[in-house]
This record gives sequence, C-alpha cells and structure tokens, in this order.
Amino acid sequence: MDPMEEIRQTFFIECEELLENLESGLLAMNEGEADEETVNSVFRAVHSIKGGAGAFALENLVAFAHKFETTLDEVRAGRLEPSAEVMNVFLRSADVLSDLVTAAQEGADTPSEAADGLIGELLALIGAEPEPAGKAEGGDVAFSPMPLALGDADDAPDFAPQPLDLPDLGAAAPAGHAVHFRPHPRLYELGSEPVLLIRALSDLGEVSARAETGAVPRLDAFDWEKTYLSLDLRMEGAPGAEAIEEVFEFVDGECDLKIEDADDPSGGPSGGDPLPPGPPPADESPPPASPPPAEPAPLPPTASQAAPAEPAGQKKPAPGAGARSTVRVDLDRVDRLVNLIGELVISQAAIAQCVENPDAQAGAHSSNALEEFKQLTREIQDSVMAIRTQPVKPLFQRMQRIVREAAAATGKSVRLKTEGETTEVDKTVIERLADPLTHMIRNAVDHGLEGPGKRLEAGKDEEGTVCLNAAHQSGRVVIEISDDGAGINRERVRAIAVDKGLIHENAPLSDAEIDNLLFAPGFSTAKEVSNLSGRGVGMDVVKRAIQALGGRISIASQPGRGTTFSISLPLTLAVLDGMVVTVEGHTVVVPLTAIVETLKPLPEQIHRVGGESPVIAIRDSFIPIVDLGVRFGYRSPVRDLDQHVILLIETEETSRAALIVDRIVDQRQVVIKSLEENYGHVPGVAAATILGNGQIALILDTDDLVARTAPAPAIAAVA
Amino acid sequence: MSNGTPAAEGADREIVAFRIADQEYGIDIMTVREIRGWTAATPLPQAPSYVRGVINLRGAVLPVVDLGTRFGMPPREESSRSVIIVVQAGTQLVGLIVDAVADILSISHDHLQPTPQVASEAAQAFVESVAAVDERMIQLIRLQEVFGHDAAQAA
Repeated sequence: MDPMEEIRQTFFIECEELLENLESGLLAMNEGEADEETVNSVFRAVHSIKGGAGAFALENLVAFAHKFETTLDEVRAGRLEPSAEVMNVFLRSADVLSDLVTAAQEGADTPSEAADGLIGELLALIGAEPEPAGKAEGGDVAFSPMPLALGDADDAPDFAPQPLDLPDLGAAAPAGHAVHFRPHPRLYELGSEPVLLIRALSDLGEVSARAETGAVPRLDAFDWEKTYLSLDLRMEGAPGAEAIEEVFEFVDGECDLKIEDADDPSGGPSGGDPLPPGPPPADESPPPASPPPAEPAPLPPTASQAAPAEPAGQKKPAPGAGARSTVRVDLDRVDRLVNLIGELVISQAAIAQCVENPDAQAGAHSSNALEEFKQLTREIQDSVMAIRTQPVKPLFQRMQRIVREAAAATGKSVRLKTEGETTEVDKTVIERLADPLTHMIRNAVDHGLEGPGKRLEAGKDEEGTVCLNAAHQSGRVVIEISDDGAGINRERVRAIAVDKGLIHENAPLSDAEIDNLLFAPGFSTAKEVSNLSGRGVGMDVVKRAIQALGGRISIASQPGRGTTFSISLPLTLAVLDGMVVTVEGHTVVVPLTAIVETLKPLPEQIHRVGGESPVIAIRDSFIPIVDLGVRFGYRSPVRDLDQHVILLIETEETSRAALIVDRIVDQRQVVIKSLEENYGHVPGVAAATILGNGQIALILDTDDLVARTAPAPAIAAVA
Repeated sequence: MSNGTPAAEGADREIVAFRIADQEYGIDIMTVREIRGWTAATPLPQAPSYVRGVINLRGAVLPVVDLGTRFGMPPREESSRSVIIVVQAGTQLVGLIVDAVADILSISHDHLQPTPQVASEAAQAFVESVAAVDERMIQLIRLQEVFGHDAAQAA
C-alpha cells in the first residue's frame, strides 16, 4: 500500500476512536457528569480530528472541526455554560463531524448543508457570549503572557532588540506581515520541521527569512536539547494573518509565534524593530483585513490552552496500522496467547519424548501429555477467539445518535438507556449488527413510542424511554431493545396482515403469533410510510440479518406497557459445541445449546396422533417427534422408533421437539464451515463442519427444522 | 457466439476436454482450479438430484455436481474412477463429477461452431458451441448456465 494511504487509513481508524470519545464525553456532559477532564477530552478529540484532517487537506472537515473546536474551547474556558441548548448543538455537531469523517473516508470531502447550518448555530452560541471581537480579545489575554511565561531561562535574552535588516521591499508592498517564529524544543521532539512550515508560507506569498542567532551560546554552554534560533520572516502579499496562522496551526503551542502587520510601507522596510521584547504590540490582535469574516476567533487562544491537547494530535502518524479492517486487542490477551503457545511447545516436546523413547509407562505418559495438549488447544482456541471479541459499547453509542435523529424527525422526546455495554461479542457480529439494530431503534422511536400528548394521557412521562441491554446468557449474547410505548396494537396488526393477504381472515392466532406477524415479509404497520423507518422492508429484513449471524429474534409486547425485542446471538461465529450423531450412516452435528436432554424412548411413551404423526409423552406433555432421517431424505418413515435415540430440543421460541437419531457418537467442538459460500442455504442446516476423517458433516439448524415441522403459520409462538 | 470480438478471431482457446458417458465436453481452462480424484460426498438434504453433496476441499466445503444428471442423463452410480474437476463459477467453487478427463486442447475460434439446432432446451442452454477436433465433437459448456443462478436457487 502507498505509505500515505496507509497513514490515511490509520487516521480514519483513530477518528473512529476519537469520535467515540467525543460522543461519550458529550453524553457525560449532557448528563451533567462532566468534570474538567471530560471537557478536555471532548476538546482533544475534535482537535485531533482537525489536526489529522488538515494533514490530508480535508478542508471541509477541518473547517467544521475548527468551528466546533472554537466553541468547545469557550466551554472549556468556562465562558460558555454547557446548557441543554448548547449540548444539543454539540451533540448534533458531533453527528455531523462523524458524517464528515465518513464522507472524507469515502473520498468525498464536500461541504454539507448540515455542516453549514451547524456552523451557524455554533457561531451563534459564542455570539451570545461577549462578541466575536470581544472574544478575540479574550484570546489575546490568554496569549499575551506567553512569551514571558516561558520557563526557558534562555528566552529572555532572546528578545533583546534585534537588528532587523530586512531586504528592501518593492516600494509599496501591498500587505505584508512580519512573523516571528521561535520553536520550542518540543517542536523538534514531535518531529515537526520548520523548513516545511516556511515552504508552506512561501506558497502564500513571498517570504524572506532571517535567522536570529544572538541567543546561541558559546559552544561550551551549548545544550543540544535546547533551541536557540528564532526566525524572523517577512511575508509579502500574504492573504492575511489568519492564513499565516493556519500554517503554524500544527505546531501551535510548540513555538512562540507572533504575526504582525507590517503593511505600513515605512515601518517594515525602514529596518525598524517590529519585534520589541515583552508583550506583543497591541495591533497584533485584530488582524485587519481578515478575508473569511465568519471566523470569530482565529487561533491565538489555543496557543497556550491547546498545549495539552497537542500531543494527541501530533502523535497521529505514529502507529503503523495498515489494512482496512483492524482489531484493537488488550495487551493482556496477546500475552496470554504468547504464554499458551510457549506451553504448547513444551507439551509438544513431552509428547515427542513419549513417542521416541517408549518405555513401560509410555502409554500412561503419552495419554497424560495428550490430555494436557487437548486442554492447551482448547485454551488457545478460547484466547484466539477472545482477540476477535469487542465490547458492544461503541455500537450502543452509535445508537444514541440514531435515537436523537429519530426523536427529532418524529418530534418526540426520547431517552436511550443502555446497559451491559461491556459485554463482548465477536467483532464481525458487532459490525453486522449495526444495521438491524439501527432499524429496530428507529422503529422503537417511530412506531413503538406514542406521541407526547398520548403519553401524558396514558399517565406516562412525556419523555419516552428506549432501553438497550446486552448480557451473556448461557453461551450466547442476548441483546434487548425495549420501549415503554403503547405496545403492539394487535387488532391493527391483524387487520393489516389480513389486508395484505398474509393470513386468512379467520385464522385463529395467539397474541404471540400476531406479534410475530411483524416479521413477516412485506409487513409494515406505519399508516403512512415515513422516511424514518422503512418502506415495508422492515422487520423481516432485520430478522434475516440476525439469522444470518446465527442469531434469533423474538418479540414480546404488553399493551400499554411497551414492546421488547430480544436478539440472541452466538458468541463467536467460528466454533460450536455440538453433539455428533449418526442417522442412517450419515454423521450430523446438533448444536449443544439446543439440546435439553437425550433419552432412549420406551415403546409405551410413543403415541401417534391421527395414527400417523408420532409424539412422545415426556412427563405428561406430548412432544412431536421429528425423524431426522426422514426430514433429510435419508430414509422413509420407520415404525420402530423405540430402537432409536431421542434428542429433546428446545428452540429459541421455546417450543420443543423430539429429534429421532440412530446413535450418539460424541460431544465435541466443531469448526463451523459455511455452506453458503460455495453453495447456498440448505433448509434445516445451519452450516457444515469437517470431521476428523476429513468427511463433511452437516450442522443442524434445529429451529429451522422444528419451524418447518410445525403447522402453519410457520411463525412459532413466543412466551 | 462462436466468435467474439474481431480481435479474438482466430485466437486459440485452451480447453479442458472431459468425458461423460460417451460424450465429450469442454470447459475453458481458465475456469478450472484443479482436478482431483473421487471422494465420497456428504449428501445435502432437499438438494436437486444433480447435486451429489459436499466434499472437503482443504478445509472449504465444496458442492459437487453430477454434470451428466444435470444434462438430463439418467443418474449413474459414481465409481472410484470418476474425477472431480473443481471450477470457478462466478464467485463460487464447484466440483464437477465427470467420467474422465480426456486432454487439454487448443482450439482456434475458427473451429468453433454454433450449437446445432436440436430439440432439447437443456442442450441449447448449456452448450455454448461445439468444436470439431479430429472427428470428435467437443461441446463447450456454459458454466454460468449450469450453476450460476441454479446453485443459488437450489437453496
């Protein structure tokens, strides 16, 4: 990859993280839990994004981030109260910033209306404060002590009057600026290069430079870690002080910088001394002809204040992450893996010894060693899996924004509560969960919650609540999206389903079955298609997306109390605990999570409903029997069911079925191999795996299998 | 169909020729990934009859298709002498069960003829063109037609 492209990738990866920080910081501020550090981190995030974006010449992004930063700075400095109104603007700004970053990543750094609108609002916020001019003054105050406040003792002499023999200028130079630039040692530490800055300046206009060497000590007193040189630059025809400042933006705080108007044709060329020691002259602050007038505060205030933020922006190109998709892993986890591999090597040596030097106890030894080896393999497998897992927090945070937007679009007031954000799930799962989750959150806000008026009528808080929960539950991850809205209007759902021909008019449906109609393809309850939640592609698409992840989705609703969607997902997509069984000579794997119990049926337990469909009586309940051999077309129905083994399976929808197989072989972890990749979906089959002998075995999708057995409607009931 | 762009005219096409029953067929060598011996396949439930099942191709699951059955020949018992040609059809890898691989031929475009007008629709759909090589008739197969969507529809 092109090295620049690589750095660019890194930048966007970091942007993702910074945006996360920004979002969580802003949310904390919104909740009123903000301490100084939170505000700082918010500021830093925006600043770093701006810094990075500048390096890639993403002008629109920089422009927006800059305004955002400027306003944030006001809050940081305590001049702007983070009121609800202000936070609202900030949160929306964060959204727009994230949009701009995404757009830039896709190569479209274009101005957006949303950004322009928000820039206006951001400026209005500070406008409400003193005034742009007053503000600049405020910045000035912060700036002026700088040259004196420098800890560097060598500084003072540095400012001794300098003879400034500027080359004579073309008589009446239009507008010129004198720039005094004195790098701090830190500037070099961070790898900035003054030459590059000067070159950038020369793009703006003609530059003449003069090094001030007066401060260079004698050689014996020379400290190579200090900086002694300063530069006096003379700019001709520069567009304005701001443009010059922009050049120095990324060394902001790492140098002394003074930009002065030298446009009085007499002052400059006359060899006068525009750089007196001490506080900068007053004419420095209002850069007279600043071409972009919208800019309320140029940079000066950041000179001192942004200093702590600078390192974050500066270290940007450092870490060498490369490809598109990356995972950030706790060092602990990597260390654990390294340890385990070390042990694996030892274990291998032990086994080798057993094999090479067979003695009386070789058998015992080798089985011991093998046992250890097995354990290690398992641990390594777990550790490797753990590398791929990530907390769901970023995903949940993204949903905050969805809620905000959906709330704004529907005119409802909504709060998103999240729980279990530290729950870890496979990265792929998280990535592929974003779309369905977005859709469901929007649905919850748009359809789930009532309007404010109705809520008050129902005696509820005007502000609706949407909860997002994640938790581990018996080897799976369960994510719940619930709202405290009106619940599903079953009569209407039913009417619509009849209307759309999804069900028969007189079909006897339980409440749960009606709820599940929401997942039926082509079903949309919205009276009119809103631009917010879908155009009838809704929940069936969600359901399919979840199923593609090996997950299940179920729904529960209480009229007047709200609706809860539960998504249950596998922890990882790569391995599965399975029971290996045989049917008519074919080996099949049944996911262990689905099996409730296994049993050998007695002849008197088996009954036949209508003389044909077999059921089994287990503890007073009758459970339909599914003969796997028949379902898979391996054999025709058999009568001697009691000669087989029954696996009692429970589906996500909590319905049960008794699966008939011939023999249980083993219980082990199997590696999941996709059937879809080269073939396609097979009904009743979740995936395939490769057995020890190289043969392929199918992994059952028990839910699918049972659902297909159940009579129509195929949507199974839910509790 | 027999000749593409004028530039391609006269240019040679490399063909892998193979036999099913007493017929000879050919596929473009660029679609062939490998040729391997017969392995017992794990049958897939509710699959079309010509899909024999799946085999393990170095860790990947590879569906194998009995090309003869696909062309409408009566199903035959596969024997250990059968051969599996692994081809790339679109984005998918598919194994074709054939009786034997005959040889690799270089056929010039001039030798390709349009498929003769025969009654069978299957023949029209699957056979892109025929080539006459030393008294032999080699039918060039249109792979996309054979599996492209069909494999997906089989789901």
